[in-house]
Amino acid sequence: MANHVESIREPLVHGNKNLKTITNDVLGIMDKKPTRLWWIGFLLALSALTLGIVAVSYQIMTGIGTWGLNKTVGWAFDITNFVFWVGIGHAGTLISAILFLFRQKWRTSINRSAEAMTIFAVMCAGMFPIIHMGRPWMAYWMFPYPNTRGPLWINFRSPLAWDVFAISTYLIISAVFWYIGMIPDLATVRDRAKTRVKKAIFGFLSFGWSGSFKTWHRYETVYGLLAGLAAPLVVSVHTIVSFDFATSAIPGWHTTTFPPYFVAGAVFSGFAMVLTLLLIARKTLRLEDYITVKHIENMTKVIILTGGIVTLSYATEFFMAWYSGNGYEQFVFLNRAMGPFAWAYWIMVGCNLITPQFFWFKKIRTNMLMVFILTIFINIGMWFERFVIIVTSLHRDFLPSSWAMYKPSYVEIATLIGSFGLFFTLFMLFIRYMPIISIGEVKSVLQFKGRSGGKK
Amino acid sequence: MKKYFVVSFDNEYDLVDATQDFRDNGFNILDAFTPYAVHGLDKAMGLKPSRLGKICFGFALIGLTIGLYGQYWISAVNWPINIGGKPWNSMPGFLPIAFETTVLFAGLGTVFTLLWRTGVLPGRQPISFAPDVTDDRFVVVLTEELSSFKSKKAEAISMSHHAVEWHEKLESE
Repeated sequence: MANHVESIREPLVHGNKNLKTITNDVLGIMDKKPTRLWWIGFLLALSALTLGIVAVSYQIMTGIGTWGLNKTVGWAFDITNFVFWVGIGHAGTLISAILFLFRQKWRTSINRSAEAMTIFAVMCAGMFPIIHMGRPWMAYWMFPYPNTRGPLWINFRSPLAWDVFAISTYLIISAVFWYIGMIPDLATVRDRAKTRVKKAIFGFLSFGWSGSFKTWHRYETVYGLLAGLAAPLVVSVHTIVSFDFATSAIPGWHTTTFPPYFVAGAVFSGFAMVLTLLLIARKTLRLEDYITVKHIENMTKVIILTGGIVTLSYATEFFMAWYSGNGYEQFVFLNRAMGPFAWAYWIMVGCNLITPQFFWFKKIRTNMLMVFILTIFINIGMWFERFVIIVTSLHRDFLPSSWAMYKPSYVEIATLIGSFGLFFTLFMLFIRYMPIISIGEVKSVLQFKGRSGGKK
Repeated sequence: MKKYFVVSFDNEYDLVDATQDFRDNGFNILDAFTPYAVHGLDKAMGLKPSRLGKICFGFALIGLTIGLYGQYWISAVNWPINIGGKPWNSMPGFLPIAFETTVLFAGLGTVFTLLWRTGVLPGRQPISFAPDVTDDRFVVVLTEELSSFKSKKAEAISMSHHAVEWHEKLESE
């Protein structure tokens, strides 16, 4: 049987690999001196991070009056960035958990880096609401704990309190899932380490993993359980983020379609970001045999699907505004498309509706440069989607006398750049110092040549 | 004194077949060491399905209880506050957080149980019978009292399944 399957299915890994070459290819990256390209990327990211640190320190010391917010538009850049980054994170969990449950074996070469991306993106996301508090050193007030003020508890009926729990749980579970998945590979690093320092560090990090099958046996069970827990978790997280808006009574926000719309949008933007990063990683680290064109194609197909759901959501919103007969609702949508923020709206539509349609063509799907450019457009479009939802709904609501415009200040823009800096600095460090591909899992999907018949 | 018989293979299929053969011939299998989770080896070794699923369910129930009862107690018992005229026990509104605590407890509880049960913990040293098991070697370790070990038979089985290497080891070593 095995032979027939082999002849029909394309192998998941190219280039006639055996177990040893996989270990050497993936971990060789960690042994070599970093390339010039890596240094350029790392230093760029680090400078952006530095800018962000300066901006954040300045606004914490001065207060968030440094932002472009006003009485009408009380949520703008920071919450846009928050939702954007949370959305980016979703692709990682989707690849590692949902594709695992669907037994999609091609996920093995990309899940590690996608999970890392999730964690870094959620860290970037978490930063924004904390800064928005104005007094971030009081951030722990978000959690219910016995205190000397009564105890005065938090309001569990608020979606913002739900958000705190959703994002913290998501960060913790993603980090645990990622680390547990990495322990066997860290043991591989330990066992081939040449220097004593490296051996000691990875000996500690790998928790004494010995490859024992009795451990593997339980480990596989736990991996499946975690995947089963993470799959509904990831859906719940963006659902709750959408509740931040949907449970309010603001026209343009007060919509029951928000949860599926936001989840699809999150997967859409997340896959675009995974592709952007993986295309850079496969090129600069020469991982073309592991992250194959097939992987890229599969991901672009997910983008076509989720892009379609996002398009449908945009259409539904307009339809419902008209169909509801609610004048305020209708105004908000006309104002989105034709008001002072129409430019942002049409960037969103252009990037999110038109860009994924190019992926219907195999020629474009298999052209890595084209895919790279298109995914960047989707990243931009999805950032603008959140901006449009948040700012256009707020800046002109029920009372024309309180209408206002919003313009981000330099501090806000610097903070956004800083969050990209944090994300890419962590990602560059990760691809340099950690096994970027799940070696154990890739080995398990390697099909041996010349094995015919036999048991299993 | 106990004796270990350590056999190495260079692929998973030989390992599974040999392990099955060893077990059928009455050898006592201590453990196997592999670079990845080999499918079918659990059956060959006669391992029972893990009970961690039940543990996970237990932790999930604890998380759900803490999430639901905690919110109820805080909002309706300890210090009820009228927020927008909503009932003190706003159970539907408590569900999202209860779901998150369920997942958090289930996930962390299961992982900590796994680490504690398998002894994979920070500061531990790995057990090593043969090199390269985290790279490209598949090793099975048999164990028996020194006096009753049938070396000839074990070697014959190893040979017939294309073992790359085998050696014996005493417990004291």
